[in-house]
Amino acid sequence: MEFGYPVLSTLIVFPLLAAAGLFLIKSPQVARAYTMGASILELILAIPLFTFKHNAEWQFVERASWVPQWGLEYHLAVDGISYLMVMLTLFILPLCVMCSWTYISKRVKEFHFCLLFMTAACVGVFAALDFVLFYVFWEAMLIPMYLLIAVWGGDQRRYASLKFFLFTLAGSTLLLAAIVAFRITGGTFSIPELMQFPFTFQFQFWAFLAMALAFAIKVPMFPFHTWLPAAHVQAPSAGSVILAAVLLKMGTYGFLRFCLPLTPEASVYFAPLMIAVSVASILYGGAIALGQSDIKKLVAYSSVGHMGFVTLGIFLFNLRGVEGALFQMLNHGIITGALFMMIGAVYERSHSRAITDNMGLGKYLPAFMGFWGLYALASFGFPGTNGFVGEMLVFTAAFQVSPYIGALLVPGALLGAAYMFRVSLKMAWGQPSSAKTWRDLNTREWAYLLIPAVFVFYIGLAPGLFFKLIDPSVEKLVSDLKQRSKVEQKVAAQPAPPAVAAVVIPAEPVNN
Amino acid sequence: MVFNPIQIVPELYQLLLILALFFQSLGDGSDTPPAERWLPFFAGFGVFVTIVSWGAEGLIFGGAYKLDALSQFMKLAIAGGFYVTVLNASRQPSLEERKRPDYFMFLAISAWGLMILSSAVELITIYLALEISSYSLYAVIPLRTTNGVGDRGAAEAGIKYILFGAVATAMALYGFSYILASQHTSYISQLALRTWTWDGAPMAVVGLSLFLGGMFYKLALFPFHFWCPDVYQGASNETAGFVATLPKLGAVVVLVRLAVLLKPGLEITTLLAVLGALSMTYGNLCALAQTDLKRILGFSSVAHAGYIMVGLVSGTAMGLSAAIFYALAYVVMNLLCFWVISRIASDGRNLQLNDLNGLYKRSPALAFALGVGAFALVGLPPTMGFMGKFFLITSAWDHGYNWLVITLVLNSAIAIYYYLGLVRHAYTHEAGEDVPAPDNSAFSVAGASILAALVLVLGLVPGRVFDFAILAGKQLLP
Repeated sequence: MEFGYPVLSTLIVFPLLAAAGLFLIKSPQVARAYTMGASILELILAIPLFTFKHNAEWQFVERASWVPQWGLEYHLAVDGISYLMVMLTLFILPLCVMCSWTYISKRVKEFHFCLLFMTAACVGVFAALDFVLFYVFWEAMLIPMYLLIAVWGGDQRRYASLKFFLFTLAGSTLLLAAIVAFRITGGTFSIPELMQFPFTFQFQFWAFLAMALAFAIKVPMFPFHTWLPAAHVQAPSAGSVILAAVLLKMGTYGFLRFCLPLTPEASVYFAPLMIAVSVASILYGGAIALGQSDIKKLVAYSSVGHMGFVTLGIFLFNLRGVEGALFQMLNHGIITGALFMMIGAVYERSHSRAITDNMGLGKYLPAFMGFWGLYALASFGFPGTNGFVGEMLVFTAAFQVSPYIGALLVPGALLGAAYMFRVSLKMAWGQPSSAKTWRDLNTREWAYLLIPAVFVFYIGLAPGLFFKLIDPSVEKLVSDLKQRSKVEQKVAAQPAPPAVAAVVIPAEPVNN
Repeated sequence: MVFNPIQIVPELYQLLLILALFFQSLGDGSDTPPAERWLPFFAGFGVFVTIVSWGAEGLIFGGAYKLDALSQFMKLAIAGGFYVTVLNASRQPSLEERKRPDYFMFLAISAWGLMILSSAVELITIYLALEISSYSLYAVIPLRTTNGVGDRGAAEAGIKYILFGAVATAMALYGFSYILASQHTSYISQLALRTWTWDGAPMAVVGLSLFLGGMFYKLALFPFHFWCPDVYQGASNETAGFVATLPKLGAVVVLVRLAVLLKPGLEITTLLAVLGALSMTYGNLCALAQTDLKRILGFSSVAHAGYIMVGLVSGTAMGLSAAIFYALAYVVMNLLCFWVISRIASDGRNLQLNDLNGLYKRSPALAFALGVGAFALVGLPPTMGFMGKFFLITSAWDHGYNWLVITLVLNSAIAIYYYLGLVRHAYTHEAGEDVPAPDNSAFSVAGASILAALVLVLGLVPGRVFDFAILAGKQLLP
C-alpha cells in the first residue's frame, strides 16, 4: 500500500529533525511542550503502520543503495516480530516526556534531544534489514543512553553510565566481526538473503557465540546482568523506562532475528546452555529482587527474571514459546516501563527510592497505590492482566518440551509474586507512613499511567489481535528453524548431540 | 614520457608558498603583512590547485615519480590538511611573532615533502622526500614559548624527535642498502617482481623490514612509537596538530605502495600483522592511564597505526583502499580533535582531562565537536571512523589474518574507556577553578562544525570518497 511517504524512514528521520529543532528553543517549558508535540506527531506519522497485514511477509519495505562498493544497503522493513517493538518504541516516547515533565529540571533541552535521538535509533534497530545498518543503529543508541544516565542520573551516575557503555560496547565488538564474517561467507549484508544461505556448522558455531554474547549482555542474561541494576537505579525515570521497555528488547530481538534464522543449527546445539542460563536468570533475578531494600533496584532485578522468561521462550523452539517470548517482551515493556514511571513519581514526593521511606501510601495516595497494585499484579502474571498471557505461553511451551524445565519455572513465578507482594504491601500499609503530606496523582500522572493500564487489560483480556499480528511470522520462524536445522544436519551428516535431542523431542505430549 | 609541468602543479604551488615565506622570513616583518594573515587564503587556494592536476597520470623523472590516483588523492588530502593546520596555527598563542614566517615555512616544507613522498615510487626518492618532511618538523617542534620564554618541554620533545628520527632513518638507509644489494634495483615496480620469501631472499627481507622501520617511525607504530606521546605533549597544541596528522598520510602512502610486495603469508607480512596487533593493544592500554589530552591522542595514534596495518596485510586492492580511506579518516578525526583542543586551550597550555570539565556549558559547539571526534576515533557509527574501521575489517576477513581482525574489534572495547573520558569530562563534570576560557569566536565554532560535519557526513555516505580510494587501490593491485 502506498502512503505518499516512506513510513519507516520518516519515523526515523522525523525525531532527528525534531531534535535538531530543539536547538532553536530557549525556554525549558517550551522544550517540553515541543517534544510532547513532536512525539504525538510521530505517532500520527505512524498511522499507516496500522494497515499492517497479518502475514509473514516483510512489509513497508524500503530499499536503496547505500555504499554499493561494499554492498551496503539502506533496507528497512517490519514483520510480525519487529512490528510490535516499533510500536512499543513509539508509544513509550510521549510517556517518557510526560513522566520527566517535572522530574528533569536541568539541561532540559539536551534531555529531550537525547530522548528523540534515542527513539530514532531504536526504531532503526527494529526496522533495519541490512546487517550493517542494524549495527549502526545499535551502536548509535548507546550515546544518548549513556548521556541520559551520566548527566541526569543519581549519585553514582558516572559509575553506572560507564559500566553500561563498557558492557554493551564490549559485547557488540564481536558482533561486528560476526557481521563481516557473514558478509564474506554469505556474500551479502541483507538479512533476508542471509536467512536462505546454508552456513556450515563450524561457521554457525562461532557466529552464534559472537552474536549471542552481544545479545546476552543486552538482554541481560545471567551472568552478564551486573550493568543493569546499576544503570536502572541511577538513570532518571525516563531513562529507566526506555532502558526497560525498549533497550532490553533489542537483545531478545537480536536472538529472534539473527541467531535463530541465521545460525539455526548452532542455536539448536547451544539451546541447552541458553535454557539453563535463562532458568538461572529467572531464579537468580527473582531471588535477588526479594532481598532488595531499594524499590528501583528491586524492579531492575525483576527485569532480569522477566527477560529470562523471554530467552527461555525463544530457545524452546516451539510456537508457544516464541509467541510467549514476544508477548513477554511487549508486556515487560509496558509493565516495567509503567513501574519505573511510578517509582519516578513517588521519588518526586519522597526523594528516596528506599522502601522504608515510601511506606503507608495506601491511605493518602489511593490512586497511586491502585495503579501500583495493578502493575504489580501484572508483573507477576495475575490472570486477566497481560503478564499472565506471556508467562502462561512460556509455561505451556516449557512443559511441552520437558516437565523438568517447567517445574523449574514454578519457583521462578512464585518468587515474582513474593517480591512484588513484599514491596507492595509495605508501600500500601507499611508503618510509619511518610506520605501524610503528599498529594495524590495529578492529571499528567493520571494520563501517563492510564495509557499503559489500558494495554495491560486489553492484552490481558483480549490478546487475539496481537496473536494475529505475530503468529504468521512466528510460525514461519519456527518452521524455518526446524526445517533448516534438520536439512543442514543431514547435509553435514552430523548427529545432534544427545543433550539437544533430549530437548527437541518432547518427553511427554502435552495438550494445549 | 613527456614531462608536463601541469602534472606537478600542486608541488610547484607549494614550492612557491615556501619561497614567499622564505623571503618574508628574511626581513624583520615590519613592512609585510603577517604570515598568519595571508597564508590561510593561499593555503586554501592550494586545495583548488591540487584539483587542477587531479586526473594527472604518468611516470616522470626517470621513472622515480609516479602520478596516479593514489598520489593525487593523497596530495588533495595533504593540501586540505595543510590548509586546516595553517588555519589552526594562525592563532597560536605560544609562538613568537617574529618567528611566524619561519614556522609556517617549515610547515609548508614538510607538507611539500609529503606531497613528493606520495608520488615517489623509487626507494631513494622516498627516502629523500621523507627527510624533507621530517627535517622541517625537527625545527618546528621546539618553537614554543611559555610566558615569553622558550618552553623546556618543547625543546626536550624536539631532541627526542630528532634522535629517534635519526636512528630510524639511519636504519631505513641501512635496510635500503641490503635491498639494493640483493635485489639490484630500487624501483618498486621492479621490486614487486622479485621474490620476498625468507628462503628466497633473506637479505632483502631484512633490508625491507629495516626500511619499513623508517616508515613505522613516522607512523608511530609499536615499537617505533616512543617519541609520539612525548612529542605531542612537548610541542604546542597547534604543532602537535600538524605532527599528528599529515606525516601519517605520507607514511601510509609509502606503506601502501610497498604493500604490493607483501603477499599474505610471507614472513614479513606476518611481521607487519604482529606489529599491528601489538601496536593497537599497547597504544590503547597505555592511553587508559593518561590524563594529558595530547598524550591520550598520542597513544591513540599508536593504536591507529596498528589498525591501518590490517588493511595493508590483506594483500587485496580492497585492503589497500580501506587503508587509504582509514588514513584519511584518521587525519580528519585528528584534525577535528586538535582543532578543538587548540581552541579550548586559548592560552596555549597543555590540556588535562580536568580542563575539559563543564565544557558543554562554556562552549557547547566545541564540546559537541569534541564528542564527535572522540566517538569517531573509537569507531562508533555514524562517523567516518566507523566506516573506515568497517572497511578495514571487511577487506581483511578471510585473508589469513582473522586473528588480527578480532584483535582490532576487541581493541575498540578498550579504547572506548579513554575516549569516553573526554566526553565524560566535557558533559558530565562541572567546571572547577582555573579552567581555560575557550575561544568561542565564529572562526573557532565554524572550523569545529565544518570538521565535525565532515566526519559525520563521510560516515553516513562514504561512497563517493571511497570510490577514489578504490581507484587508487586498483591501480596498485589490479
